[in-house]
Amino acid sequence: MSSLSEQEIRRLEEIARRIRCRTVRTISEAGVGHVGGCLSEADILTALYFHVMKLDPQRPDWDDRDRFVLSKGHGAVGLYSTLAERGYFSPELLKTFGRINSAFQVHPDMHMVPGIEISTGALAQGLSAALGIALAARLDGKAFHVYCLIGDGESQEGQIWEAAQTAAHYKADNLTVILDYNGVQLLGPVSEIMEIAPVADKWRSFNWAVVEIDGHDMRQIITALEFAEEIKARPCIVIAHTTKGKGVSYMEGKAAWHGKPPNEKQLAQALVDLGCDRAGDAYG
Amino acid sequence: MAEAVRDAFGHTLVQLARENSDIVVLDADLATSTRVVYFAQEFPERFFQMGVAEQNMMGVAAGMALMGKIPFVSTFGVFASRRACDQVAISVAHCRLNVKIVGAYSGIVSGNNGATHQAVEDVGIMRAIPHIVVVDPSDGVETEQVVRAIVAYDGPVYLRVTRDVWPRVSPEGYNFVLGKAVQVREGVDVTLIGSGMMSSQCVEATHILSRSGIDARVLHMPTLKPIDVEAIVKAAEETGGIVTAENHNIYGGLGSAVAEVLAEHAPALMKRVGIQDCYGECGGNAELLCKYGMSPQHIAEAAQSVLQGRNYSVRRL
Repeated sequence: MSSLSEQEIRRLEEIARRIRCRTVRTISEAGVGHVGGCLSEADILTALYFHVMKLDPQRPDWDDRDRFVLSKGHGAVGLYSTLAERGYFSPELLKTFGRINSAFQVHPDMHMVPGIEISTGALAQGLSAALGIALAARLDGKAFHVYCLIGDGESQEGQIWEAAQTAAHYKADNLTVILDYNGVQLLGPVSEIMEIAPVADKWRSFNWAVVEIDGHDMRQIITALEFAEEIKARPCIVIAHTTKGKGVSYMEGKAAWHGKPPNEKQLAQALVDLGCDRAGDAYG
Repeated sequence: MAEAVRDAFGHTLVQLARENSDIVVLDADLATSTRVVYFAQEFPERFFQMGVAEQNMMGVAAGMALMGKIPFVSTFGVFASRRACDQVAISVAHCRLNVKIVGAYSGIVSGNNGATHQAVEDVGIMRAIPHIVVVDPSDGVETEQVVRAIVAYDGPVYLRVTRDVWPRVSPEGYNFVLGKAVQVREGVDVTLIGSGMMSSQCVEATHILSRSGIDARVLHMPTLKPIDVEAIVKAAEETGGIVTAENHNIYGGLGSAVAEVLAEHAPALMKRVGIQDCYGECGGNAELLCKYGMSPQHIAEAAQSVLQGRNYSVRRL
């Protein structure tokens, strides 16, 4: 395990804040995008792309890179903002998001954006693909690790559990799944739309290693991901308890902000909430 | 004895896998029926048993293709096309991944399993999904070449594989080319265009027609997408009338594909022999072909009605 200094935690938290700023601005300006789920996943993506994963933004096709699959493809802007921040492409390009002829689709397209491993958006399909990458990697004797982020609404799909059963059967210990458990989906609380609890018990009963964390606590996220990578003979899921719309006062925990872009006035408030209005902030 | 398409598929896959270590196979607990069991026996480390869970299987194959593998996803055609349809569309086709989807027991002649196991709409589904090449070989000789061709081709393919032995259609010295039709019988009065095992029924039908002095041409159309426009136009211009014969619903498959070409390029009178927009049932192959209007006799009657310019409707024999 790497040492995790307070300084490193603060660095990562600052990056996550910048990613959130980029995310709300991009979605607001485009008038489209799933802002609530992008904000809940931001700390997880920051931990992966800035601390945990072996990668090289200059060589997005590097054979031995760790892989990340955004199975909850609706979180595309969060991922784009993360990749931009990490140097995969210029953040300026995100101004085209959601517009005609843009590489930045509302759900990510592997053939258009460097760093996107597979196109996702039809829920649950990313997890199966991530498992396929993991099984092929093992066949080839590759040492890299595969990370896959799923959503809680997405966990209502049967395919998630087909993949869960198969990954455990194959003892795919080179696969780590992270559940962005923000508890809210398009029409309301997950517990009211279609309860997935006790979701940790479900994964345990599918023979997965299960870790539960606060998905906004950077130290907990990184500790859990590093723990997951060490586990042998079974796959691991990190159940990250998160808040939909995290960081923006009026969005937090609200289903209304699943897929609604903030207007200009709301954006201004969001940027204040996120501390993006400070002098010298690139996103002010 | 001619070889069934499924056996030729299974054996060829093993031969190719000896030369190409990228080939992997995913199965949904049907390996003995689909004949990927031969591959499993020789290459257990490259054979992935996915259990009875086709949606995940399709997605796992997509992930393996990302890693440079050539995954053959093998199950019955009904499950490949219907059960895993969204995964085929999004994880495979939209991503333009090099996955070979093998739909076994295709059409109505599916080993007396009845309607739930008869893929009568798989070609229509797959043809409508962008980027997917659709192939429906007639016999073992052709299948061997087809499997080689789709491994050489980089992109998603849907391969139909029938269960039983049908009369050989491939001519001596046949050379399969992806996207090309082959004329298997000369004729000047009308053209019978078949795909899959129905091409053998077309050849049978020519004997019936000969007795009435009708000289029918047979054009075998193994690749349903991309369809061989040139060959269809040539047949329409040279023989005037067209009959299509397919082991599939008349909507969405060969008949539709040929009609699209004729309407745009060479309008000609045509009739479609195939399943008349219904589900099938149990029964022997000959009984099913007879009851569902797909026998050589039905093809011959369709040809005669084209020649007479009459409306044709299926007659129960």
